[in-house]
Amino acid sequence: MIGVGKIKQYSNVLDKPLSKGKQEVSLSAFAFLFSELVQYNQTQVDNIAELERRLEDAGYAVGARVLELLCHRDKGNRRETRLLGILSFVHSTVWKVLFGKVADSLEKGTEHEDEYMISEKELLVNRFISIPKDMGTFNCGAFVAGIVRGVLDSAGFPAVVTAHFVPVEGQQRPRTTILIKFAEEVLLTFNPFIIANCILILDSPSAKGITHSLGFMS
Amino acid sequence: MAPVGPRSGDAIFANMERVNAELFTLTYGATVRQLLTDLEEVDEVNKQLDQMGYNIGIRLVDEFLAKSNVSRCVDFKETAEVIAKVGFKMFLGVTASVTNWDADGTCCSIVLEDNPLVDFVELPDTCQGLYYCNILSGVIRGALEMVSNTSSFAQPSIPSFLWDVSLKTEVTWIRDVLRGDDAYELQVKLVKQVPEEYPYKDDE
Repeated sequence: MIGVGKIKQYSNVLDKPLSKGKQEVSLSAFAFLFSELVQYNQTQVDNIAELERRLEDAGYAVGARVLELLCHRDKGNRRETRLLGILSFVHSTVWKVLFGKVADSLEKGTEHEDEYMISEKELLVNRFISIPKDMGTFNCGAFVAGIVRGVLDSAGFPAVVTAHFVPVEGQQRPRTTILIKFAEEVLLTFNPFIIANCILILDSPSAKGITHSLGFMS
Repeated sequence: MAPVGPRSGDAIFANMERVNAELFTLTYGATVRQLLTDLEEVDEVNKQLDQMGYNIGIRLVDEFLAKSNVSRCVDFKETAEVIAKVGFKMFLGVTASVTNWDADGTCCSIVLEDNPLVDFVELPDTCQGLYYCNILSGVIRGALEMVSNTSSFAQPSIPSFLWDVSLKTEVTWIRDVLRGDDAYELQVKLVKQVPEEYPYKDDE
């Protein structure tokens, strides 16, 4: 039969060679699917906050997998263990793979030490979406916020991530800002005092085991 | 009869805006996972996926006709070919083939050579009844049902196939690699052709 020969069978999905990630589908196919995801979730909730939480959950699942996939394929099974490193990984590598471009900007919050923002003039998932008036500040970018949270959390940087519309002067459509607020322990890890302590420990004979666990935690 | 338009969707796909297939694959995976958590029953998930596909199909056909330049198909056979060669390519970037026609030309199989929905996927024992790609069957069913409705308000310059007939089909999975088969095969069975009623009312 036609086409049959082209599909190889593997007993286990892990035996299958990992794709190079160059394959593409039409933006429409994605937009249709995403729209169905949003519409389905709308039937499952009573309010906007819940809807955003559900979209974020869906995104989280994507983010966790994207981290694993990219670290394995592109980074030789290594991943970032520093805060700025992982942020720029999200802003450039992850964004480029998922959305075909580096995010428009990555900024540090001016008021709070633990806040960072990734902004995008026209977030891919919001391309074909307009929010009805009665849905207030709802932003489908919650899905992308979930992806970001999934990546950060799985890499050991727990954070609260939210998506917000920010009006831009002279533009009809607002841009979307993904606000990342790291959990307290993330910033503590980078407290110079603790890092100094770590270096001391690393000098000790049992350092190997500890570096291992540190690498895992940080 | 007028030519059916492009024999393959390669050129159209090249002109479509595209996204990384992995974003699509993982998003679909997240959707299925959410359905499994919410609905618990695998059968319900199959139904919901089919419904989502149907919703997509009835909207997707607009874009398909507008961008594909496909002219009117003379029969179901041609329609199936167009779906496999142009439709799948245009939206998913993969080609499918049409086989296993029955004698009266109302039932055939669409065989997928590649399927971007299933990368990274393995069905756990608890989900053996799941038709993971059931959204596809819904898309085909929905799109065929809307064929005529679309043509009624498409610009006259866009020739569309089967102007005044809505195709009711049943789409079922025959083979599924995730269930241990050697290919993805969808059976498309033409149940009836429903002539559309004119004139269209504005509120329809």
